[in-house]
Amino acid sequence: MALFSLPGIKISGISAAVPENREHTADYKWISVRERESLVKNIGVETRRVALKGTTTSDLCVVAAEKLLDELKWDRSEIELLIFVSQSRDYLVPTTACIIQDRLGLPHSCMAFDIGLGCSGYVYGLSVIGGMMQSGAIKKALLMVGDISTLTTCYRDKSTYPLFGDVGTVTALEYQVNAPMMHFNLQTDGSGYKALIIRDGGARNVMSRQSFEIKKIGKGIYRSHLHLELDGIEVFNFTLREVVPNVKKLLAGTGESLAAIDFVVFHQANRLINETLRKMLKLEVEKVPYSIRDFGNTSGASIPLTMIAALQEPLKRGKKRMLLSAFGVGLSWGSAIVETDSVCIPDLVEV
Amino acid sequence: MNIEEFIKHIEDEFDDLKPGILKPESNFRESFEWNSINALILIAMVKTEYDVTLSADDLIKSKSVKDIYTLIENRKS
Repeated sequence: MALFSLPGIKISGISAAVPENREHTADYKWISVRERESLVKNIGVETRRVALKGTTTSDLCVVAAEKLLDELKWDRSEIELLIFVSQSRDYLVPTTACIIQDRLGLPHSCMAFDIGLGCSGYVYGLSVIGGMMQSGAIKKALLMVGDISTLTTCYRDKSTYPLFGDVGTVTALEYQVNAPMMHFNLQTDGSGYKALIIRDGGARNVMSRQSFEIKKIGKGIYRSHLHLELDGIEVFNFTLREVVPNVKKLLAGTGESLAAIDFVVFHQANRLINETLRKMLKLEVEKVPYSIRDFGNTSGASIPLTMIAALQEPLKRGKKRMLLSAFGVGLSWGSAIVETDSVCIPDLVEV
Repeated sequence: MNIEEFIKHIEDEFDDLKPGILKPESNFRESFEWNSINALILIAMVKTEYDVTLSADDLIKSKSVKDIYTLIENRKS
């Protein structure tokens, strides 16, 4: 079981950059006004940030990193590890993290690589970076998590287009001997890989002329094989089946209790899913912050974005015990317990 | 559990559904606007109230409120 704890890692700062450009569900003319209202009420998305063509996830992450490094007053030459977690990289080849290393002016002594995960990316990214830092050899590292998901959704697909928003986030981590343990419980079920998929463009189905053909899939759902497809009911049931046991196992395995947790931050999948999870875990409304209303489903970055958008003030002051739970594409899911202490959180940057 | 209670739960979830209209033999696709979001609402309610999972296939194969209720009843026991 991938249930483990890592000592010595401190979250020093978190920042995010979003596109200035907004899209409102109320203006989504592909569906009826009634459907738009139902979407806002149940799925919870009112506004999304949509990157203009040509803006990449790394562009957003670099802007967010510049701001965070300035506020932290970190010397860039001390950063020895950079991990970029995304499913929207700059190029098929090379690795985006390498490009970011150069753009940020990080030293050649910095190792940099990508992790290709979506919704579960933040907890996975934290565990990888924490695992690499725990020996104390690497003192400072950056975890970038973000996606431009709006590029791969089809306007005429009501099951994906109105859900996703774009953001790039950066979490700055430091090795600190006495930092509280971080706990993780990470899981995978690849049998559900088709529940969220872009079929063509990889090595399995090489891009061809047919890849671009937009076909009718159902009522209000048209897309090509280069667009994201999402099996809503499948993902919904997977989440309701797996997330609560995953969290409970993490709590039981570490002797932690939900009562001692200040905030539970879920991946911002949709309001209905998240509210159902909240009720299943019997959590008070105040403990479960949201960012989906203003930003939509922001893939792997939704947890750090929610921490900035909804918890900036509490996280800046004193210690907070946080339970983070993420789930989705892969299918990949996991949860983490981390204790933060006076995190540096600059205001959200708009690009 | 009983079917009246199940109907009450459905009525609570769907604002547009006037109490008393939905019967065990009602076709749920015709009784209230049936779309993918409403399917998720129904699945969420059944999971929270009865701890039973309904799949897309279950919903496709069910016609009446009673069909769904029977599915829940069978899976609970």
